[in-house]
Amino acid sequence: MPGQTLYDKLWNMHEVVRRDDGSSLLYIDRHILHEVTSPQAFEGLRLAGRKPWRVAANIATPDHNVPTTRVERAGGLAAISDDVSRVQVQTLDENCADFGILEFKMNDVRQGIVHVVGPEQGATLPGMTVVCGDSHTSTHGAFGALAHGIGTSEVEHVLATQCLVAQKMKNMRVLVDGTLPPGVTAKDMVLAIIGKIGTAGGTGYALEFAGSTIRALSMEGRMTVCNMAIEAGARVGLVAVDQTTLDYVHGRPFAPTGAQWDAAVAQWRNLVSDADALFDADVVLRAEDIRPQVSWGTSPEMVLPVDAHTPDPAHETDPVKQDAITRALHYMGLHANQPITSIRLDRIFIGSCTNARIEDLRAAAAVANGRKVAASIKQALVVPGSGLVKAQAEREGLDKIFIDAGFEWREPGCSMCLAMNPDRLQAGEHCASTSNRNFEGRQGNGGRTHLVSPAMAAAAAIAGHFIDVRALQ
Amino acid sequence: MTPFTQHTGMVVPLDRANVDTDQIIPKQFLKSIKRTGFGPNLFDPWRYLDEGQPGQDCSTRPLNPDFVLNAPRYQGASVLLARENFGCGSSREHAPWALAEYGFRAIIAPSFADIFYNNSFKNGLLPIVLDKAAIDTLFTQCDASEGYTLRIDLDAQTVTRPEGVAHTFAVDAFRKHCLLNGLDDIGLTLQDQAAIEAFETRHRTARPWLFGR
Ligand code: SF4
Repeated sequence: MPGQTLYDKLWNMHEVVRRDDGSSLLYIDRHILHEVTSPQAFEGLRLAGRKPWRVAANIATPDHNVPTTRVERAGGLAAISDDVSRVQVQTLDENCADFGILEFKMNDVRQGIVHVVGPEQGATLPGMTVVCGDSHTSTHGAFGALAHGIGTSEVEHVLATQCLVAQKMKNMRVLVDGTLPPGVTAKDMVLAIIGKIGTAGGTGYALEFAGSTIRALSMEGRMTVCNMAIEAGARVGLVAVDQTTLDYVHGRPFAPTGAQWDAAVAQWRNLVSDADALFDADVVLRAEDIRPQVSWGTSPEMVLPVDAHTPDPAHETDPVKQDAITRALHYMGLHANQPITSIRLDRIFIGSCTNARIEDLRAAAAVANGRKVAASIKQALVVPGSGLVKAQAEREGLDKIFIDAGFEWREPGCSMCLAMNPDRLQAGEHCASTSNRNFEGRQGNGGRTHLVSPAMAAAAAIAGHFIDVRALQ
Repeated sequence: MTPFTQHTGMVVPLDRANVDTDQIIPKQFLKSIKRTGFGPNLFDPWRYLDEGQPGQDCSTRPLNPDFVLNAPRYQGASVLLARENFGCGSSREHAPWALAEYGFRAIIAPSFADIFYNNSFKNGLLPIVLDKAAIDTLFTQCDASEGYTLRIDLDAQTVTRPEGVAHTFAVDAFRKHCLLNGLDDIGLTLQDQAAIEAFETRHRTARPWLFGR
């Protein structure tokens, strides 16, 4: 019998029952909640007279609609100017209070984007099953945890039963070996992977990222990569546990201590795919071939190296793809065969669950240090992923670097990643964004998003248009 | 949940690949704390010429005459015909809520995004995967004949064209059972309560650190 993949192991550790029809009940160790996808689940629970199965498995924090300006934040709930946003944040507070769920409230220093907060608190541990009503829950797979997004009905289901009805996925391995060139980051790597396999390439698979390049990444980098697994269609992204994982987890508030730590580590070291494990699909990339990436279109697979030109629909033979290219160029206000470096930016957004961790802010600050945001840029935002990331950055003086360069330094939240709060693009504006989705209108109605790494976003802010960050270094 | 057994309905063709959840129901409508009220804002950025706001009366907004859902010949459609990777993007269940509230009972496409596919079943909305050739035929036929109608039979797992040709589709047994009977997942799972408790006890003994806080 061949060995097991990491995904197989995690699945087997959590399968409660396998039903005759092939579906299984999967036990859920950690459930993270936020204000957008939980209200209807709590409402359902109440209507049915049900209680959470295991309250301690749940943690919550508001992130999607919290304002990020200091003035609005300082005033607390009452100061959220958008009525509907305020009601959602308040509803989360009330639901957590009613059901006894631990919540990091809006002005708690531990508040932040769910996918930054979970790992930072050690609430995401290797070997766990982690779910959240948010598709970027794939982020937590960086810890060798089986983590994926769920819908609101499932949020209610997990609250009530501690289980999820699940179907086993297939296994895909993305193997990246070699050394990333200087100035090329985890974000560029994952964008290049999505460019290669497409936004539906991973559909139905659990995607394990492996190889020497992945091993060399920090936990922050691994989270960036797993975060975007969903952009390749895969609900689950995974990285095997190694010393880097253990070093990150050690000492975090929710992590085990003493004898339990030792026992946990002994089990966690086994959270790797066996050498003879079989994958249903393999994708191979060489790190040396990856260049800084910029998305030009309205789907994350529409991505190219910064020194490339926009595609020409005339060269595409598949009519569906041809139509998609034409439509995307039109929406983005670009024409065929245009150099990526000729795209001028209006706004810059450094933040989101993809790239708002301390390492991301350091990379952007290293580029911004001693330079100025171009006069043509209307706004350049830096939004830390959590209150703790913000505090750490301030201890390192990164906030000063950004402010001196002309960036705005904001309070933590999702912010301009999806524009549910006032941070948004105006129609027609181009934004260099470190987030994960460039869908039409994602950052504001008619807005044009270009996905890039934090260093590339900072470089674009300085130049006013895209440039190869390596030219600045 | 509304059961789904058989459905005969008019088809509206949405000829684009990678239709994402931000297009199906844009984020400004996710601020509701209810499960209902999303139908009028389905495909909001394509359906209307102005930018929609929550709580607005949609009946007075300017419609985009070029968007297929607004064409007079497709009014009353209940089957959506779509292209590859329909429903990609976020996990928002507001997407199937909006589609169902608009009046759709089924979506036929060559492929769906996983989370969307799963969410649809939980809301009485049947996502049907047919091969590309079949989809192409449906698009062509739908274009050619006004009031184009398909008959969908979940039990038999078939989509039948007006001239009687049937395409079979796959659906896993559990989802089919729940949808046919309109069953609530939670109630079903709690039938296994004893097994969950026994698992939890074993899991806690083997990995006590998962139960700290
Ligand atoms: S930062 Fe963006 S992608 Fe991440 S959870 Fe928030 S809205 Fe979703």
